[in-house]
Amino acid sequence: MEGLHHDINLDREEATSEGKEGSSDAENAQSSKAVAGNRPKFGGVGENDYSKEAANRELSTEEKIEFLDQMVRIRRFEERSLRAYQQGHIGGFLHLYIGQEAVAVGAVSCMTEEDHVITAYRDHGHAIAVGMEMDECMAELYGKKTGCSKGKGGSMHFFAPDKNFWGGHGIVGGQTPLGLGIAYAVKYKGAKGACLCFMGDGATNQGPFYESLNLAALWGLPVIYVIENNGYSMGTAEARHSAGEPLARRGDPFDVNWSVSHGHDLYEVRHNISEALRLAHEESKPSVLEIVTYRYRGHSVADPDQTYRSKEEIEEYKSNKDPINLFKDRLLAEGVIDEGAALEMDRKAKDEAEASAEFAQASPYPDPEELMQDVYWETDDPGGRTSEGTIFFESP
Amino acid sequence: MSAITYREALNQALCEEITLDDRVVLMGEEVAQFKGSYKVSEGMLEQFGAERVIDTPISEAAFSGLAVGAAMMGMRPVVEFMFWSFCYVAFDQIFNNAASVRYMSGGLINVPVVFRGPANGGTNVGATHSHTPENFAANTPGLKVVCPATPADAKGLLKSAIRDNDPVCIMENTILYNMEGEVPDNEDFLVPLGKANVLREGSDLSIIAHGKAVHTSLQVAQTLEEQYKVSAEVLDLRSIRPLDIEAILSSVKKTNRVLLVEENKPFCGVGAQVSFIIQDQAFDYLDAPIKRVSAIDAPQAYSKALESIQIPEHDRILAKAKELI
Repeated sequence: MEGLHHDINLDREEATSEGKEGSSDAENAQSSKAVAGNRPKFGGVGENDYSKEAANRELSTEEKIEFLDQMVRIRRFEERSLRAYQQGHIGGFLHLYIGQEAVAVGAVSCMTEEDHVITAYRDHGHAIAVGMEMDECMAELYGKKTGCSKGKGGSMHFFAPDKNFWGGHGIVGGQTPLGLGIAYAVKYKGAKGACLCFMGDGATNQGPFYESLNLAALWGLPVIYVIENNGYSMGTAEARHSAGEPLARRGDPFDVNWSVSHGHDLYEVRHNISEALRLAHEESKPSVLEIVTYRYRGHSVADPDQTYRSKEEIEEYKSNKDPINLFKDRLLAEGVIDEGAALEMDRKAKDEAEASAEFAQASPYPDPEELMQDVYWETDDPGGRTSEGTIFFESP
Repeated sequence: MSAITYREALNQALCEEITLDDRVVLMGEEVAQFKGSYKVSEGMLEQFGAERVIDTPISEAAFSGLAVGAAMMGMRPVVEFMFWSFCYVAFDQIFNNAASVRYMSGGLINVPVVFRGPANGGTNVGATHSHTPENFAANTPGLKVVCPATPADAKGLLKSAIRDNDPVCIMENTILYNMEGEVPDNEDFLVPLGKANVLREGSDLSIIAHGKAVHTSLQVAQTLEEQYKVSAEVLDLRSIRPLDIEAILSSVKKTNRVLLVEENKPFCGVGAQVSFIIQDQAFDYLDAPIKRVSAIDAPQAYSKALESIQIPEHDRILAKAKELI
């Protein structure tokens, strides 16, 4: 597909750290290793059926419906946020995840209580997938006091540590050492957990990622770098920003297990994430998973979208690889839901998103004095303060 | 009380806190097997093992960020920079992540990490190894910064920093590592952040300094008394943020003349902030303009001949003091 350079990765022979073992033999489609040579045909889930893999074969009807519901809710939330942005209620950047939903939902659905997640600035999908409420997320976008970060973080900086979600980080690649540190802490405490550290294809060209890969391998840290490769580092296509593809191969010099797989099939995402989590939990080993996906909107919604890709390219993806449509069709075929239930699910998600916008709109802005809160633990907890002296030099 | 070196005082603080709190680890380049580039962590690997005293590769961005991530998870890592100059390759991790995560999360996440190591010129190592970024750090809300000048402060401030729930930057000085002083032995000994210390009482002039400049200032005060019958007070700031404004103003109100001395570069240096505060809050008490001696405003020079005049030394400080009296 012209322009979808990143998709070519899956045609290559050595698309896993197992090299040719896992490649070229179409019969290996069901093997536990992703995916070289068994790339699904463009235009559908294709010949590879991951529903029978260990990660998926025992899923309950409720769980499957929940996955679809989460994806639909993320989609409707973001579409509503886009309208709010266009109406001027949301400022700054708005990096939408639309088109990539199966990656966050599939990955987060594999986590145990001991697992953690951290991501970059395109974080709404991960936030809702871990269970954050639309209200607190939308209010944060509006810069309101009721936002998840009290209006101090914005779109790029959602956090929910009670749900093992550690952000929401604005600097490309800046979260890769943090994810390493979360994995380090998990291991230090002796927990059987891991950190899923999401990043984009553009972040693979930031230095700290390599420093982190080296340390992850050297110290055997349970961190899983999930490269959500949507083909564009802002407006620069993969072919123009990266040598040495596929990107996941960058784990290779450090002997880190890596694979390339599709992000539009939720079952495939769950399969690969589960394998990596198993490796992290049982052997305390890191992984690099490149998951090929696509975003329908610009890098941020304010960006011109037609300078670097064609409308046709976007439309083709929407028509043939939309993760929500594909999974919905899948569940229809499995008899898990019917059309009526799917429509009802969608209507509810729209209503919830609409209500979140109303909630955000009705919420108050933070008071000026809140500028000075949450800067230091000490100044928020004066009873526990041990330092003396002046800590702020200009206040409202 | 025992007379120990600044280096031993740091070691004592680290050993005590690692013993007291299993969330504390020390990590950095050469801290374990090599015993520390400046031997601050000597003996610690043997005493606490490789789980607690951790050698890292030369990857400041990764291990600084790792420590921040671990601190977000409730650990209390102490990161040693071989030189604070090397923090420049980890800038994003310290100045974005450590400093801002608490704020951007609306107070949901604390980052109790300590970054420490020497931040000084004067050792003949050229510009890249001689940075003094205490002003950068202090310019970043969310971070705290201290510059211990004595062995007792080195111990007491480091212990306070490790117990602090916010990120603290400790800027030490390689030239002070061998300095001896009386240091309390007990593990409860703490020096609070944000408390300045009058090291010499005086009535004619306040010399306000931090870090090694404190010691040069004390020598100048001695000369002033012996040769000029001038009574100079020397105030050691100890902590840059939080800052002991009360101590600064109280000294100014007593002497009415101020000389600021720092080894930091002048533009937007620590002295610039202190000077602003004094003119703003004690203008009527000033009998003369505030004077300042800082590092000469060029990248740090390699040659001893140049560097010895670049860092505020006795005669340059004395000359400036004489303009005030």
